[in-house]
Amino acid sequence: MNSYRWLRVTPTGNIPPREGRAVLIGDREIALFNLGPSAASGAGDQFLATDNQCPHKGGPLCDGIVTGASVVCPLHAWKVNLQTGEVERPSHGKDHCVATYPTRVEEGVVLIGLPAANAGTPEGAPYEEAGTPEGAPYVGHPFKGANRGAAA
Amino acid sequence: MKRLVVVGNGMAGMACLEQILKYAPQFEVTVFGDETHVNYNRIMLSSVLAGEKSADDIVLNSVEWYERHDINLRVGVRIVDVDTHAKTVTGTDGSVTPYDALLLATGSSAWLPPIDGLKKDGVFVFRTLDDTRALLERAGPGVKAVVIGGGLLGLEAARGLQVQGCDVTVVHLMSTLMERQLDPDGGYYLLGKMEELGVHVLLGRTTTAILGNGHVEGVALSDDTCMEADLVVVAAGIRPNIELALKGGIAANRGILVNDYMETSHPDIYAVGECVEHRGVCYGLVAPLYEQGKVLAATITGNRGPAYEGTVPAAKLKIMGVDVFSAGDWSEQNAEPVRFEDRALGIYKKLTVRGGKLVGAILVGDTSDSHRYMEWLRSSADISGQRKHLLFPPPAADAGLDIAEMPDSETVCGCLGVTKGTIIAAIHEQGVNTLSQLKECTRASTSCGSCTSLCQGLLRAVAPEFEDERKTVVCACVPFAEDKLRDILRSQKLRSVQEVLEIYGNGVGCEICKPALSYMLDMLWCGDHEEDRSARFINDRVHANIQKDGTFSVIPRIHGGVTSADQLRRIADVADKYKVPMVKITGSQRIDLLGIKKADLPRVWADLGMPSGQAYTKGVRMVKTCVGTDFCRFGTQDSTSAGVEMERRFENLFTPHKVKMAAVGCPRNCAEATVKDIGLVGVEGGWQVVVGGAAGKSVRKADLLTTVETTQQALEASELFFQYYRENANYLERTYDFVERLGIEKVRKETVYAPDAAREALLDRLRKSKARARDAWQEGIEPKTPAQFIPLIPIDPLVESGFSRITAETPV
Repeated sequence: MNSYRWLRVTPTGNIPPREGRAVLIGDREIALFNLGPSAASGAGDQFLATDNQCPHKGGPLCDGIVTGASVVCPLHAWKVNLQTGEVERPSHGKDHCVATYPTRVEEGVVLIGLPAANAGTPEGAPYEEAGTPEGAPYVGHPFKGANRGAAA
Repeated sequence: MKRLVVVGNGMAGMACLEQILKYAPQFEVTVFGDETHVNYNRIMLSSVLAGEKSADDIVLNSVEWYERHDINLRVGVRIVDVDTHAKTVTGTDGSVTPYDALLLATGSSAWLPPIDGLKKDGVFVFRTLDDTRALLERAGPGVKAVVIGGGLLGLEAARGLQVQGCDVTVVHLMSTLMERQLDPDGGYYLLGKMEELGVHVLLGRTTTAILGNGHVEGVALSDDTCMEADLVVVAAGIRPNIELALKGGIAANRGILVNDYMETSHPDIYAVGECVEHRGVCYGLVAPLYEQGKVLAATITGNRGPAYEGTVPAAKLKIMGVDVFSAGDWSEQNAEPVRFEDRALGIYKKLTVRGGKLVGAILVGDTSDSHRYMEWLRSSADISGQRKHLLFPPPAADAGLDIAEMPDSETVCGCLGVTKGTIIAAIHEQGVNTLSQLKECTRASTSCGSCTSLCQGLLRAVAPEFEDERKTVVCACVPFAEDKLRDILRSQKLRSVQEVLEIYGNGVGCEICKPALSYMLDMLWCGDHEEDRSARFINDRVHANIQKDGTFSVIPRIHGGVTSADQLRRIADVADKYKVPMVKITGSQRIDLLGIKKADLPRVWADLGMPSGQAYTKGVRMVKTCVGTDFCRFGTQDSTSAGVEMERRFENLFTPHKVKMAAVGCPRNCAEATVKDIGLVGVEGGWQVVVGGAAGKSVRKADLLTTVETTQQALEASELFFQYYRENANYLERTYDFVERLGIEKVRKETVYAPDAAREALLDRLRKSKARARDAWQEGIEPKTPAQFIPLIPIDPLVESGFSRITAETPV
């Protein structure tokens, strides 16, 4: 049922607790967060992934301050829930969801589950709703090209 | 006059004596205390051990109080015998003192379990101020401390020792902590919290021996293991001091037996406090002592009538930062338990109801409702009609309703036994309008402080001219005023944001409190602390100012605005090389490179070869200068050099909000020093130092701090103000709000007019901070965190398309 392709992304140690980092996958920029040690899952750090674009004005969510399981966008302080992708502030609602991606940790490496090519929208990850305010997914991040160029 | 002798100079004896003194004078009073101190608040000893309070802070009755009431105080004398026929007591100093009435308030002592080696050097109990001082002498970073006993006293000792830096292990006989106050679930929560804070806990074990040659080296446990220890605190329980009573033939069981009027088996001999056994119960908490004292005072003064009928045992305290309340019988036998638990919030509540009445309550993590429960317990009220609202009260129709519903007889301050009626009387009769006045007048909320909000509520509802003294709270995550929070951070030696949030906050924090806490820790510890980048805004993680498109602006530091052809050439080269979309001269005599990509920051900084201008942070911005005496025809002072020197002294430091400065060579004020946070204005023969100016959201002319003759004096005055602002302003409070809030007179008094020692201390802390401060752009060479500036590239390449249309072009 779950048609994900799991991609090994980075050793857990590359993302400090309660911080996020941008990950380039294809032409898409994903924000990968380390929520820190989780009471529910024992001692290990818990990771969550969303698109790296605030639904408000496209701010880089990975640069926000993490509060619990949410992140506050550095541009205008919109607050986005990292588990559901829903905006919690300024007003709570599902109108501006950010795509979320499942994650897991194996042998000290964080994996992100991408929707399989032929699987359509993955359960719980409405990635097609995401994208720019114009509603055109995959056009990329306004400054993503620059980042990628620099990292290459 | 009759002679009243009080044996015991502790909380129970003196509280009772205070009550006796309220009646018409009829006694000549002598008080014996075996400790060498005046009466102090014993329940605050843990705060002394934790360094939050000094011995002076916990004094309840000063020497002046004894003198004022003509009390003959004999400290350091233990009463060792009582002759009930001759009516005399004998002290360790050989003195024989006659009495007409004798009040025994001998208290209790630490119970010492049968353990080999208790006499060794390094074994302590934790009952008195002297015990506490002895512990403080031994405690310190790296010292291995074992606390025997996981009850209330043991955990308080453990907390204090841990704050002092000791490596603490608690050994507890029972399978759960504080089992007298908490059920296993409540104890389990506390256990988790303690371990989280680094206190080791060993449950279900006893200590069999204390090891070491003369002094403590370790302890042996009942599971045949041994562990190293440098000091041991025995806190396994208390035992009422009944030896004196037994010598005099006064009836005693576990404690000295008293009836409902606090009379012992002998006429004219009374007893009160922890040494007493009443209806089969010995109390070890403070509230019953006050109730007993009131009754005893009536009896002994010939007003026998009020009866003491026992106290619902109740404890409200903070253990390792966790609020705990426990009252009544909370066992679930034949009772209906009502509970609420939220692990994430750290809240556990349990009530036990029997026959429609509340019989017991345990609250962990949130004790805000404890008064409601205490009153239900005390009054045995029928709560059948409120069953749906036991754990969460229905929203009050108006804010004053809770207060209005309280009967006048309800105790507001459990520590000092102050009722609502007493407080209202004080408000009406003595014109009390503020919490400080209320404290002064009734002593309510002066002990543990847990009733402060209730007192505030009463004042708000009743006092005609109520003034709220509460300071602004940082945010709901850490509900303390900033000055209070600074005290806590300092006294509790907290050095990381997460630690503060876990102990004094909601454990999570938000974008408002985290940067504020980051600043406070940096300021308090002069940079010697564990900086948590996750608690800081992105600008402070990558040392550049984020722009609307996610790129950054880079402003190098140009001291005093004095640059060179070489610097300008490098800036131009950087602008070319990185195709900087905009290069702009700022309003602060600096150059801004806008539109830099995050990943380019380290190389841009390296190519510039200039330090960070801190234009992105709450820190030292610039010192704007005019050309002063060097070129200007009107200049009276060398403002350029003064400004450059000023910028060098302050650069790289953080402040509650940005600090902009300027130095001008004459009152023409070309660099606008009079609208800066700190300004130096050159005049003929000296400098005016002005502070609190603004030309932003609001415009404010700076106040004159002082006028001095030399540049060095001007710089020192600036330093004093700068550090004073750093230490006393609320986070995000600009100097112009700060100066207005405090008043420039107060600022002067505490900076330039302060005593030498205070001025030197301010400068010393500034120097310490400065010594740790670094140019943040050095992190371009040595990043603080992995992937600080660059996006991550996945380990696995994305081979097939589908997720991305242009994968093939992506160089991964």
